[in-house]
Amino acid sequence: MPYTEAELIPLSALQHLLFCPRQAALIHVEQLWAENRLTVEGMHLHRRAHEATDELRGDTRIVRGLALRSLAHGLVGMADIVEFTPNDETRATTLRTTPLRGLFQAVKAEPAAWQVTPVEYKRGKPKSDESDRVQLCAQTLCLEEMLMVKIAEGSLFYGKRKRRTRVLFDAELRATTVAAAERFHQLFSSGVTPPAVYSAKCDNCSLISLCLPKIAGRGLAQQFLNRQFSLALSMEAPRSDPDDHEESA
Amino acid sequence: MKQHLNTLFVTTEGTYLAKDGMAVAVRMEKKTRLRIPLHNLDGIVCFGRVGVSPSLMAICGESGVTISMTDAHGRFRAAIIGYSPGNVLLRRTQYRVADDPSKSCEIARIMVAAKLANCRAVLLRAARDSRVESRRSTLTTAARRLVTNLEAARACDSLERLRGIEGEGASTYFEAFSAMVNVPEDAFQFTSRSRRPPLDPLNALLSFLYALLAHDARSACEAAGLDAAVGFLHRDRPGRPGLALDLMEEFRPFLADRLALSLINRRQISASGFTTSPTGAVNMNDATRKTLLKAYQVRKQKTMLHPFLQEKTSVGIMIHLQARLLARHLRGDVDAYPAFVWR
Repeated sequence: MPYTEAELIPLSALQHLLFCPRQAALIHVEQLWAENRLTVEGMHLHRRAHEATDELRGDTRIVRGLALRSLAHGLVGMADIVEFTPNDETRATTLRTTPLRGLFQAVKAEPAAWQVTPVEYKRGKPKSDESDRVQLCAQTLCLEEMLMVKIAEGSLFYGKRKRRTRVLFDAELRATTVAAAERFHQLFSSGVTPPAVYSAKCDNCSLISLCLPKIAGRGLAQQFLNRQFSLALSMEAPRSDPDDHEESA
Repeated sequence: MKQHLNTLFVTTEGTYLAKDGMAVAVRMEKKTRLRIPLHNLDGIVCFGRVGVSPSLMAICGESGVTISMTDAHGRFRAAIIGYSPGNVLLRRTQYRVADDPSKSCEIARIMVAAKLANCRAVLLRAARDSRVESRRSTLTTAARRLVTNLEAARACDSLERLRGIEGEGASTYFEAFSAMVNVPEDAFQFTSRSRRPPLDPLNALLSFLYALLAHDARSACEAAGLDAAVGFLHRDRPGRPGLALDLMEEFRPFLADRLALSLINRRQISASGFTTSPTGAVNMNDATRKTLLKAYQVRKQKTMLHPFLQEKTSVGIMIHLQARLLARHLRGDVDAYPAFVWR
Protein backbone atom coordinates (compact mmCIF):
# COMPACT_ATOMS: atom_id res chain seq x y z
CA MET A 1 0.00 0.00 0.00
CA PRO A 2 1.63 3.25 -1.05
CA TYR A 3 1.47 6.19 1.33
CA THR A 4 -0.55 9.32 0.60
CA GLU A 5 1.05 12.76 0.34
CA ALA A 6 -0.32 13.66 3.77
CA GLU A 7 1.52 10.76 5.35
CA LEU A 8 5.00 11.56 4.06
CA ILE A 9 7.71 11.95 6.68
CA PRO A 10 10.87 14.05 6.31
CA LEU A 11 14.01 12.22 5.26
CA SER A 12 15.88 13.70 8.20
CA ALA A 13 13.50 11.91 10.58
CA LEU A 14 15.20 8.60 9.80
CA GLN A 15 18.47 9.97 11.07
CA HIS A 16 16.81 11.20 14.23
CA LEU A 17 15.21 7.79 14.70
CA LEU A 18 18.49 5.93 14.31
CA PHE A 19 20.25 8.29 16.69
CA CYS A 20 17.51 7.96 19.29
CA PRO A 21 13.80 7.07 18.94
CA ARG A 22 12.97 9.50 21.73
CA GLN A 23 14.76 12.33 19.94
CA ALA A 24 12.80 11.50 16.79
CA ALA A 25 9.53 11.62 18.76
CA LEU A 26 10.43 14.86 20.55
CA ILE A 27 11.19 16.58 17.24
CA HIS A 28 8.48 15.13 15.03
CA VAL A 29 5.67 14.11 17.39
CA GLU A 30 6.04 16.79 20.04
CA GLN A 31 7.42 19.34 17.56
CA LEU A 32 10.17 20.48 19.88
CA TRP A 33 13.41 21.70 18.46
CA ALA A 34 16.37 23.24 20.11
CA GLU A 35 19.15 24.80 18.19
CA ASN A 36 22.67 24.41 19.29
CA ARG A 37 26.02 25.01 17.73
CA LEU A 38 25.91 21.74 15.83
CA THR A 39 22.56 22.30 14.17
CA VAL A 40 23.39 25.90 13.30
CA GLU A 41 26.63 24.84 11.68
CA GLY A 42 24.85 22.10 9.80
CA MET A 43 22.26 24.57 8.55
CA HIS A 44 24.94 26.92 7.37
CA LEU A 45 26.70 24.20 5.41
CA HIS A 46 23.40 23.15 3.88
CA ARG A 47 22.36 26.66 2.97
CA ARG A 48 25.53 27.01 0.90
CA ALA A 49 24.83 23.71 -0.79
CA HIS A 50 21.24 24.72 -1.58
CA GLU A 51 21.86 28.28 -2.67
CA ALA A 52 23.52 27.43 -5.96
CA THR A 53 21.53 26.27 -8.97
CA ASP A 54 22.58 23.42 -11.23
CA GLU A 55 25.95 23.57 -12.94
CA LEU A 56 27.88 21.67 -15.55
CA ARG A 57 31.27 20.32 -14.67
CA GLY A 58 32.89 18.33 -17.47
CA ASP A 59 30.43 15.60 -18.38
CA THR A 60 28.55 15.85 -15.13
CA ARG A 61 25.46 17.90 -14.39
CA ILE A 62 25.39 18.88 -10.71
CA VAL A 63 21.88 19.60 -9.42
CA ARG A 64 21.53 21.20 -5.99
CA GLY A 65 18.54 21.24 -3.66
CA LEU A 66 16.49 18.68 -5.57
CA ALA A 67 13.07 18.00 -4.02
CA LEU A 68 12.51 14.30 -3.41
CA ARG A 69 9.73 11.98 -2.37
CA SER A 70 8.77 8.37 -2.28
CA LEU A 71 5.17 7.25 -2.00
CA ALA A 72 6.26 3.62 -1.64
CA HIS A 73 8.13 4.39 1.58
CA GLY A 74 6.31 7.56 2.62
CA LEU A 75 9.30 9.90 2.48
CA VAL A 76 9.77 13.52 1.47
CA GLY A 77 12.78 15.83 1.54
CA MET A 78 15.58 17.31 -0.41
CA ALA A 79 18.91 16.15 -1.78
CA ASP A 80 21.93 18.41 -1.30
CA ILE A 81 23.44 17.36 -4.60
CA VAL A 82 22.52 14.87 -7.30
CA GLU A 83 25.00 14.28 -10.09
CA PHE A 84 23.91 13.13 -13.52
CA THR A 85 26.59 11.53 -15.72
CA PRO A 86 25.84 10.03 -19.15
CA ASN A 87 27.33 6.77 -20.33
CA ASP A 88 28.09 7.90 -23.88
CA GLU A 89 28.72 10.92 -26.10
CA THR A 90 25.16 11.30 -27.49
CA ARG A 91 23.79 11.57 -23.95
CA ALA A 92 26.59 13.94 -23.11
CA THR A 93 25.24 16.31 -25.76
CA THR A 94 21.73 15.99 -24.30
CA LEU A 95 23.24 16.76 -20.89
CA ARG A 96 24.89 19.93 -22.16
CA THR A 97 21.98 21.25 -24.19
CA THR A 98 18.75 20.38 -22.38
CA PRO A 99 17.28 22.30 -19.45
CA LEU A 100 16.81 20.43 -16.16
CA ARG A 101 13.26 19.34 -16.85
CA GLY A 102 14.26 17.79 -20.14
CA LEU A 103 17.20 16.10 -18.46
CA PHE A 104 14.89 14.36 -15.96
CA GLN A 105 12.71 13.18 -18.86
CA ALA A 106 15.75 11.90 -20.72
CA VAL A 107 16.83 9.94 -17.66
CA LYS A 108 13.35 8.51 -17.18
CA ALA A 109 13.23 7.47 -20.86
CA GLU A 110 16.58 5.67 -20.80
CA PRO A 111 17.55 4.98 -17.20
CA ALA A 112 20.29 2.56 -18.13
CA ALA A 113 22.16 5.23 -20.09
CA TRP A 114 22.70 7.47 -17.06
CA GLN A 115 24.57 7.34 -13.86
CA VAL A 116 22.75 9.16 -11.05
CA THR A 117 24.71 9.84 -7.85
CA PRO A 118 23.31 11.49 -4.72
CA VAL A 119 25.81 13.41 -2.54
CA GLU A 120 24.98 14.54 0.97
CA TYR A 121 26.89 17.17 2.92
CA LYS A 122 27.55 16.59 6.61
CA ARG A 123 29.39 18.69 9.12
CA GLY A 124 32.14 17.04 11.13
CA LYS A 125 33.41 13.57 10.50
CA PRO A 126 31.88 10.18 9.68
CA LYS A 127 29.70 8.82 12.51
CA SER A 128 30.13 5.41 14.02
CA ASP A 129 26.47 4.57 13.41
CA GLU A 130 24.94 4.18 9.99
CA SER A 131 22.45 7.05 10.19
CA ASP A 132 24.17 9.14 7.48
CA ARG A 133 24.26 6.16 5.12
CA VAL A 134 20.60 5.45 5.82
CA GLN A 135 19.62 9.03 5.07
CA LEU A 136 21.50 8.89 1.77
CA CYS A 137 19.95 5.54 0.95
CA ALA A 138 16.50 6.99 1.66
CA GLN A 139 17.25 9.77 -0.83
CA THR A 140 18.21 7.07 -3.28
CA LEU A 141 14.92 5.22 -2.78
CA CYS A 142 13.16 8.49 -3.66
CA LEU A 143 15.33 9.15 -6.73
CA GLU A 144 14.86 5.61 -7.96
CA GLU A 145 11.11 5.93 -7.65
CA MET A 146 10.95 9.38 -9.25
CA LEU A 147 13.38 8.80 -12.12
CA MET A 148 12.84 5.05 -12.48
CA VAL A 149 16.59 4.50 -12.34
CA LYS A 150 18.71 2.04 -10.42
CA ILE A 151 21.37 3.68 -8.26
CA ALA A 152 24.28 1.58 -7.07
CA GLU A 153 26.23 4.14 -5.09
CA GLY A 154 26.35 7.65 -3.74
CA SER A 155 28.65 9.61 -1.46
CA LEU A 156 28.81 11.52 1.78
CA PHE A 157 30.90 14.67 2.00
CA TYR A 158 32.13 15.44 5.50
CA GLY A 159 32.94 19.07 6.33
CA LYS A 160 35.89 18.20 8.54
CA ARG A 161 37.51 15.78 6.11
CA LYS A 162 36.66 17.73 2.97
CA ARG A 163 36.57 14.42 1.11
CA ARG A 164 33.85 12.18 -0.24
CA THR A 165 33.12 8.79 1.25
CA ARG A 166 31.54 6.26 -1.10
CA VAL A 167 28.34 4.55 -0.02
CA LEU A 168 27.17 1.37 -1.73
CA PHE A 169 23.43 0.82 -1.71
CA ASP A 170 23.51 -2.92 -1.10
CA ALA A 171 20.57 -5.09 -0.08
CA GLU A 172 21.45 -4.80 3.59
CA LEU A 173 21.52 -0.97 3.67
CA ARG A 174 18.30 -0.84 1.70
CA ALA A 175 16.60 -3.22 4.11
CA THR A 176 17.80 -1.17 7.11
CA THR A 177 16.49 2.01 5.49
CA VAL A 178 13.09 0.58 4.60
CA ALA A 179 12.73 -0.85 8.12
CA ALA A 180 13.65 2.52 9.67
CA ALA A 181 11.01 4.27 7.57
CA GLU A 182 8.40 1.75 8.69
CA ARG A 183 9.41 2.11 12.32
CA PHE A 184 9.14 5.88 12.10
CA HIS A 185 5.68 5.71 10.51
CA GLN A 186 4.56 3.51 13.41
CA LEU A 187 6.10 5.81 16.00
CA PHE A 188 4.52 8.88 14.42
CA SER A 189 1.04 7.42 14.18
CA SER A 190 1.17 6.09 17.76
CA GLY A 191 1.88 9.63 19.04
CA VAL A 192 3.67 8.11 22.02
CA THR A 193 7.11 9.43 22.94
CA PRO A 194 9.36 6.58 24.09
CA PRO A 195 10.83 6.92 27.60
CA ALA A 196 14.28 8.44 28.00
CA VAL A 197 17.31 6.27 28.55
CA TYR A 198 20.37 8.27 29.48
CA SER A 199 23.65 7.42 27.74
CA ALA A 200 26.88 9.19 26.82
CA LYS A 201 25.53 10.33 23.45
CA CYS A 202 22.86 12.39 25.23
CA ASP A 203 25.50 14.97 26.13
CA ASN A 204 25.90 15.91 22.46
CA CYS A 205 22.19 15.96 21.74
CA SER A 206 20.69 19.37 21.01
CA LEU A 207 17.48 18.32 22.77
CA ILE A 208 19.01 17.35 26.10
CA SER A 209 17.41 20.26 27.99
CA LEU A 210 13.99 19.40 26.53
CA CYS A 211 14.36 15.64 26.93
CA LEU A 212 15.79 15.73 30.47
CA PRO A 213 16.99 12.11 30.17
CA LYS A 214 18.40 11.95 33.67
CA ILE A 215 15.12 12.67 35.40
CA ALA A 216 12.52 11.33 33.00
CA GLY A 217 10.77 8.07 33.62
CA ARG A 218 12.39 7.29 36.94
CA GLY A 219 9.46 7.99 39.16
CA LEU A 220 11.45 10.40 41.26
CA ALA A 221 9.29 13.49 41.27
CA GLN A 222 6.96 12.33 44.04
CA GLN A 223 9.93 11.34 46.22
CA PHE A 224 11.53 14.69 45.46
CA LEU A 225 8.39 16.56 46.52
CA ASN A 226 8.02 14.59 49.73
CA ARG A 227 11.61 15.35 50.65
CA GLN A 228 11.37 19.04 49.65
CA PHE A 229 8.19 19.60 51.66
CA SER A 230 9.39 17.82 54.77
CA LEU A 231 12.68 19.72 54.68
CA ALA A 232 10.82 22.98 54.01
CA LEU A 233 8.61 22.31 57.02
CA SER A 234 11.51 21.62 59.33
CA MET A 235 13.74 24.52 58.28
CA GLU A 236 14.50 27.64 60.28
CA ALA A 237 15.21 29.73 57.18
CA PRO A 238 16.22 28.96 53.61
CA ARG A 239 19.94 28.41 53.11
CA SER A 240 20.21 28.99 49.38
CA ASP A 241 19.68 32.59 48.40
CA PRO A 242 20.67 34.17 45.12
CA ASP A 243 20.37 37.57 46.82
CA ASP A 244 22.96 36.86 49.50
CA HIS A 245 25.80 37.68 47.19
CA GLU A 246 24.45 41.15 46.54
CA GLU A 247 23.53 41.86 50.14
CA SER A 248 27.01 41.11 51.39
CA ALA A 249 28.60 43.13 48.60
CA MET B 1 16.66 26.42 24.81
CA LYS B 2 17.32 30.09 24.87
CA GLN B 3 19.84 30.94 27.52
CA HIS B 4 19.60 34.71 27.24
CA LEU B 5 17.02 36.48 29.27
CA ASN B 6 16.74 39.95 27.98
CA THR B 7 13.48 41.71 27.99
CA LEU B 8 13.27 45.15 26.46
CA PHE B 9 10.97 47.33 28.53
CA VAL B 10 9.71 50.43 26.77
CA THR B 11 8.39 52.83 29.35
CA THR B 12 8.43 56.17 27.54
CA GLU B 13 5.09 56.91 25.95
CA GLY B 14 5.26 57.98 22.32
CA THR B 15 8.20 55.68 21.54
CA TYR B 16 8.08 53.86 18.21
CA LEU B 17 9.70 50.46 17.66
CA ALA B 18 10.71 49.49 14.14
CA LYS B 19 12.55 46.68 12.42
CA ASP B 20 16.07 47.56 11.34
CA GLY B 21 17.60 44.51 9.67
CA MET B 22 17.61 41.85 12.35
CA ALA B 23 17.41 44.44 15.12
CA VAL B 24 14.84 46.54 16.94
CA ALA B 25 15.26 50.26 16.42
CA VAL B 26 13.90 52.31 19.31
CA ARG B 27 12.76 55.73 18.04
CA MET B 28 11.87 58.75 20.10
CA GLU B 29 10.92 62.04 18.52
CA LYS B 30 11.83 60.55 15.12
CA LYS B 31 15.39 59.81 16.16
CA THR B 32 16.76 56.30 16.60
CA ARG B 33 18.01 56.19 20.17
CA LEU B 34 18.88 52.51 20.46
CA ARG B 35 19.38 49.40 18.32
CA ILE B 36 19.10 45.96 19.88
CA PRO B 37 19.78 42.79 17.87
CA LEU B 38 16.77 40.45 17.98
CA HIS B 39 18.89 37.44 18.88
CA ASN B 40 19.67 39.17 22.20
CA LEU B 41 16.00 39.43 23.11
CA ASP B 42 13.33 37.09 24.33
CA GLY B 43 10.61 39.58 24.98
CA ILE B 44 9.52 43.18 24.55
CA VAL B 45 7.12 44.80 26.99
CA CYS B 46 5.51 48.09 25.96
CA PHE B 47 3.95 50.25 28.67
CA GLY B 48 1.19 52.57 27.62
CA ARG B 49 1.19 54.38 24.29
CA VAL B 50 4.06 52.73 22.39
CA GLY B 51 3.97 52.02 18.66
CA VAL B 52 5.30 48.88 16.98
CA SER B 53 5.79 48.54 13.24
CA PRO B 54 4.06 45.65 11.43
CA SER B 55 7.36 44.35 10.06
CA LEU B 56 8.82 44.26 13.58
CA MET B 57 5.75 42.33 14.77
CA ALA B 58 6.26 39.83 11.94
CA ILE B 59 9.95 39.23 12.59
CA CYS B 60 9.37 38.98 16.36
CA GLY B 61 6.68 36.39 15.75
CA GLU B 62 9.04 34.38 13.57
CA SER B 63 11.99 34.56 15.91
CA GLY B 64 10.12 33.72 19.08
CA VAL B 65 10.25 37.18 20.68
CA THR B 66 6.97 37.88 22.46
CA ILE B 67 5.73 41.48 22.40
CA SER B 68 3.43 42.33 25.30
CA MET B 69 1.35 45.47 25.35
CA THR B 70 0.30 46.68 28.78
CA ASP B 71 -1.32 49.83 30.05
CA ALA B 72 0.87 52.42 31.72
CA HIS B 73 0.57 50.53 35.03
CA GLY B 74 1.76 47.25 33.59
CA ARG B 75 -1.64 45.61 33.32
CA PHE B 76 -1.63 43.22 30.40
CA ARG B 77 -3.66 44.20 27.33
CA ALA B 78 -2.39 42.21 24.35
CA ALA B 79 0.49 40.11 23.13
CA ILE B 80 2.02 39.35 19.78
CA ILE B 81 3.17 35.75 19.80
CA GLY B 82 4.44 33.67 16.87
CA TYR B 83 3.37 30.17 16.06
CA SER B 84 3.09 28.10 19.20
CA PRO B 85 5.12 24.94 19.08
CA GLY B 86 2.76 22.70 17.19
CA ASN B 87 2.44 20.03 19.78
CA VAL B 88 -1.24 19.36 19.50
CA LEU B 89 -0.92 16.12 21.48
CA LEU B 90 0.48 17.93 24.50
CA ARG B 91 -2.33 20.50 24.38
CA ARG B 92 -5.00 17.85 24.12
CA THR B 93 -3.52 16.13 27.16
CA GLN B 94 -3.50 19.46 28.99
CA TYR B 95 -7.20 19.99 28.20
CA ARG B 96 -8.10 16.45 29.27
CA VAL B 97 -6.35 16.94 32.61
CA ALA B 98 -7.96 20.37 33.02
CA ASP B 99 -11.38 18.81 32.38
CA ASP B 100 -10.77 16.16 35.04
CA PRO B 101 -11.20 17.70 38.52
CA SER B 102 -9.29 15.02 40.38
CA LYS B 103 -6.32 15.06 37.99
CA SER B 104 -6.31 18.88 38.01
CA CYS B 105 -6.33 18.80 41.79
CA GLU B 106 -3.32 16.47 41.88
CA ILE B 107 -1.25 19.10 40.07
CA ALA B 108 -2.88 22.16 41.66
CA ARG B 109 -2.30 20.97 45.22
CA ILE B 110 1.43 20.64 44.53
CA MET B 111 1.46 24.18 43.17
CA VAL B 112 -0.40 25.56 46.19
CA ALA B 113 1.74 23.62 48.64
CA ALA B 114 4.89 24.92 46.94
CA LYS B 115 3.58 28.46 47.07
CA LEU B 116 2.76 28.17 50.78
CA ALA B 117 6.17 26.61 51.47
CA ASN B 118 7.81 29.49 49.62
CA CYS B 119 5.73 32.08 51.49
CA ARG B 120 6.84 30.41 54.69
CA ALA B 121 10.47 30.54 53.55
CA VAL B 122 10.16 34.28 52.87
CA LEU B 123 8.71 34.86 56.34
CA LEU B 124 11.38 32.74 58.05
CA ARG B 125 14.15 34.41 56.11
CA ALA B 126 12.91 37.84 57.18
CA ALA B 127 12.49 36.65 60.78
CA ARG B 128 16.11 35.50 60.84
CA ASP B 129 17.28 38.91 59.61
CA SER B 130 14.98 40.98 61.82
CA ARG B 131 16.41 42.73 64.85
CA VAL B 132 13.00 43.57 66.33
CA GLU B 133 11.65 40.90 68.66
CA SER B 134 7.94 41.75 68.15
CA ARG B 135 8.26 41.54 64.37
CA ARG B 136 10.21 38.30 64.64
CA SER B 137 7.44 36.71 66.65
CA THR B 138 4.75 37.96 64.20
CA LEU B 139 6.68 36.37 61.36
CA THR B 140 7.38 33.04 63.06
CA THR B 141 3.76 32.80 64.22
CA ALA B 142 2.51 33.34 60.66
CA ALA B 143 5.08 30.81 59.40
CA ARG B 144 3.80 28.29 61.94
CA ARG B 145 0.21 28.82 60.83
CA LEU B 146 1.24 28.24 57.21
CA VAL B 147 2.44 24.75 58.15
CA THR B 148 -1.18 23.76 58.85
CA ASN B 149 -2.30 25.22 55.49
CA LEU B 150 0.54 23.52 53.69
CA GLU B 151 -0.28 20.11 55.16
CA ALA B 152 -3.96 20.60 54.36
CA ALA B 153 -3.10 21.56 50.78
CA ARG B 154 -0.98 18.48 50.28
CA ALA B 155 -3.77 16.17 51.43
CA CYS B 156 -6.55 18.08 49.64
CA ASP B 157 -8.53 16.25 46.96
CA SER B 158 -11.04 18.93 46.02
CA LEU B 159 -10.19 21.98 43.94
CA GLU B 160 -12.84 24.03 45.72
CA ARG B 161 -11.34 23.32 49.16
CA LEU B 162 -7.84 23.81 47.76
CA ARG B 163 -8.73 27.33 46.62
CA GLY B 164 -10.04 27.99 50.13
CA ILE B 165 -6.81 26.76 51.71
CA GLU B 166 -4.81 28.89 49.31
CA GLY B 167 -6.88 31.95 50.27
CA GLU B 168 -6.44 31.32 54.00
CA GLY B 169 -2.70 30.92 53.57
CA ALA B 170 -2.52 34.13 51.53
CA SER B 171 -4.32 36.15 54.24
CA THR B 172 -2.07 34.76 56.97
CA TYR B 173 0.95 35.65 54.87
CA PHE B 174 -0.15 39.16 53.90
CA GLU B 175 -1.30 40.01 57.44
CA ALA B 176 2.29 39.43 58.53
CA PHE B 177 3.80 41.00 55.43
CA SER B 178 4.36 44.46 56.90
CA ALA B 179 6.50 42.94 59.64
CA MET B 180 9.08 42.28 56.94
CA VAL B 181 9.37 46.01 56.18
CA ASN B 182 12.31 47.48 58.08
CA VAL B 183 11.84 51.16 57.22
CA PRO B 184 9.79 53.45 59.45
CA GLU B 185 7.64 54.93 56.67
CA ASP B 186 3.93 54.26 57.20
CA ALA B 187 3.43 54.17 53.45
CA PHE B 188 4.88 50.67 53.32
CA GLN B 189 2.57 49.18 55.92
CA PHE B 190 -0.49 47.21 54.87
CA THR B 191 -2.60 44.33 56.08
CA SER B 192 -4.12 42.90 52.93
CA ARG B 193 -3.76 42.79 49.18
CA SER B 194 -5.66 45.34 47.14
CA ARG B 195 -5.46 44.92 43.40
CA ARG B 196 -8.12 46.89 41.59
CA PRO B 197 -6.79 49.42 42.18
CA PRO B 198 -3.79 49.05 44.51
CA LEU B 199 -4.56 51.34 47.46
CA ASP B 200 -1.05 51.78 48.87
CA PRO B 201 2.53 51.80 47.55
CA LEU B 202 3.34 48.26 48.66
CA ASN B 203 0.29 46.91 46.84
CA ALA B 204 1.22 48.95 43.77
CA LEU B 205 4.72 47.43 43.83
CA LEU B 206 3.40 43.90 44.20
CA SER B 207 0.81 44.33 41.43
CA PHE B 208 3.43 45.60 39.05
CA LEU B 209 5.85 42.79 39.85
CA TYR B 210 3.11 40.18 39.49
CA ALA B 211 2.30 41.61 36.05
CA LEU B 212 5.94 41.16 35.02
CA LEU B 213 5.98 37.65 36.41
CA ALA B 214 2.75 36.81 34.56
CA HIS B 215 4.33 37.98 31.33
CA ASP B 216 7.29 35.67 31.90
CA ALA B 217 5.10 32.75 32.98
CA ARG B 218 2.97 33.16 29.86
CA SER B 219 6.05 33.11 27.64
CA ALA B 220 7.34 30.04 29.46
CA CYS B 221 4.04 28.19 28.91
CA GLU B 222 4.02 29.07 25.22
CA ALA B 223 7.66 28.10 24.79
CA ALA B 224 7.01 24.70 26.36
CA GLY B 225 4.11 24.12 23.96
CA LEU B 226 1.42 24.52 26.63
CA ASP B 227 -1.75 26.59 26.34
CA ALA B 228 -1.21 29.47 28.76
CA ALA B 229 -4.96 30.07 29.01
CA VAL B 230 -6.00 26.69 30.44
CA GLY B 231 -5.05 26.23 34.06
CA PHE B 232 -5.61 23.60 36.74
CA LEU B 233 -5.88 25.74 39.86
CA HIS B 234 -7.21 28.83 38.10
CA ARG B 235 -10.55 28.30 36.43
CA ASP B 236 -10.97 29.27 32.79
CA ARG B 237 -12.02 32.84 32.29
CA PRO B 238 -11.83 34.60 28.93
CA GLY B 239 -8.75 36.77 28.72
CA ARG B 240 -7.11 35.23 31.74
CA PRO B 241 -3.94 33.17 31.33
CA GLY B 242 -4.97 30.45 33.81
CA LEU B 243 -1.94 28.21 33.39
CA ALA B 244 0.49 31.14 33.51
CA LEU B 245 -1.15 32.15 36.80
CA ASP B 246 -0.86 28.57 38.10
CA LEU B 247 2.79 28.43 37.16
CA MET B 248 3.65 31.74 38.80
CA GLU B 249 2.17 30.82 42.20
CA GLU B 250 5.34 29.10 43.39
CA PHE B 251 7.44 32.06 42.18
CA ARG B 252 5.42 34.94 43.65
CA PRO B 253 6.99 34.90 47.14
CA PHE B 254 10.49 34.07 46.00
CA LEU B 255 10.73 36.37 42.99
CA ALA B 256 8.26 39.23 43.38
CA ASP B 257 7.60 39.62 47.12
CA ARG B 258 11.19 39.40 48.19
CA LEU B 259 12.23 41.83 45.48
CA ALA B 260 9.65 44.39 46.62
CA LEU B 261 10.83 44.00 50.21
CA SER B 262 14.51 44.29 49.29
CA LEU B 263 13.94 47.48 47.32
CA ILE B 264 12.06 49.06 50.23
CA ASN B 265 14.43 47.85 52.93
CA ARG B 266 17.49 48.97 51.00
CA ARG B 267 15.75 52.31 50.45
CA GLN B 268 16.07 52.03 46.70
CA ILE B 269 12.40 52.85 46.57
CA SER B 270 10.74 55.37 48.87
CA ALA B 271 7.22 56.61 49.51
CA SER B 272 7.91 59.77 47.49
CA GLY B 273 8.08 57.63 44.35
CA PHE B 274 4.31 57.11 44.40
CA THR B 275 1.31 59.29 43.66
CA THR B 276 -2.24 58.86 44.90
CA SER B 277 -5.13 59.67 42.61
CA PRO B 278 -8.37 61.24 43.95
CA THR B 279 -9.99 57.77 43.89
CA GLY B 280 -7.31 56.42 46.22
CA ALA B 281 -5.51 54.41 43.54
CA VAL B 282 -1.76 54.48 44.01
CA ASN B 283 0.60 54.72 41.05
CA MET B 284 4.36 54.71 40.92
CA ASN B 285 6.28 57.41 39.13
CA ASP B 286 8.61 56.79 36.18
CA ALA B 287 11.81 56.70 38.23
CA THR B 288 10.36 54.12 40.63
CA ARG B 289 9.11 52.01 37.74
CA LYS B 290 12.56 52.08 36.15
CA THR B 291 14.26 51.07 39.41
CA LEU B 292 11.81 48.22 39.73
CA LEU B 293 12.27 46.98 36.16
CA LYS B 294 16.02 47.07 36.44
CA ALA B 295 16.00 45.23 39.77
CA TYR B 296 13.67 42.59 38.32
CA GLN B 297 16.00 41.99 35.39
CA VAL B 298 19.05 41.82 37.65
CA ARG B 299 17.31 39.31 39.88
CA LYS B 300 16.47 37.10 36.92
CA GLN B 301 20.14 36.95 35.95
CA LYS B 302 21.19 35.57 39.34
CA THR B 303 22.20 31.94 39.28
CA MET B 304 21.06 29.15 41.54
CA LEU B 305 20.86 25.37 41.60
CA HIS B 306 17.66 23.90 40.24
CA PRO B 307 16.61 21.64 43.13
CA PHE B 308 15.10 18.88 41.00
CA LEU B 309 17.34 18.94 37.93
CA GLN B 310 20.44 19.61 40.05
CA GLU B 311 21.73 21.97 37.39
CA LYS B 312 22.97 25.50 37.76
CA THR B 313 20.54 27.88 36.17
CA SER B 314 19.45 31.50 36.29
CA VAL B 315 16.41 32.57 38.27
CA GLY B 316 14.72 33.69 35.04
CA ILE B 317 15.26 30.34 33.30
CA MET B 318 13.70 28.60 36.32
CA ILE B 319 10.20 29.53 35.16
CA HIS B 320 10.94 28.04 31.75
CA LEU B 321 12.28 24.86 33.32
CA GLN B 322 9.17 24.55 35.51
CA ALA B 323 6.90 24.96 32.46
CA ARG B 324 8.88 22.28 30.71
CA LEU B 325 8.70 19.95 33.72
CA LEU B 326 4.95 20.49 33.82
CA ALA B 327 4.72 19.58 30.12
CA ARG B 328 6.85 16.50 30.75
CA HIS B 329 4.59 15.48 33.61
CA LEU B 330 1.47 15.89 31.46
CA ARG B 331 3.06 13.72 28.76
CA GLY B 332 3.81 11.04 31.34
CA ASP B 333 7.60 11.39 31.52
CA VAL B 334 7.71 12.50 35.14
CA ASP B 335 5.46 10.93 37.78
CA ALA B 336 4.47 14.24 39.42
CA TYR B 337 4.92 17.95 38.82
CA PRO B 338 8.17 18.74 40.70
CA ALA B 339 7.32 22.26 41.82
CA PHE B 340 10.01 24.73 42.85
CA VAL B 341 10.36 24.74 46.63
CA TRP B 342 12.74 27.36 47.99
CA ARG B 343 15.06 26.00 50.64
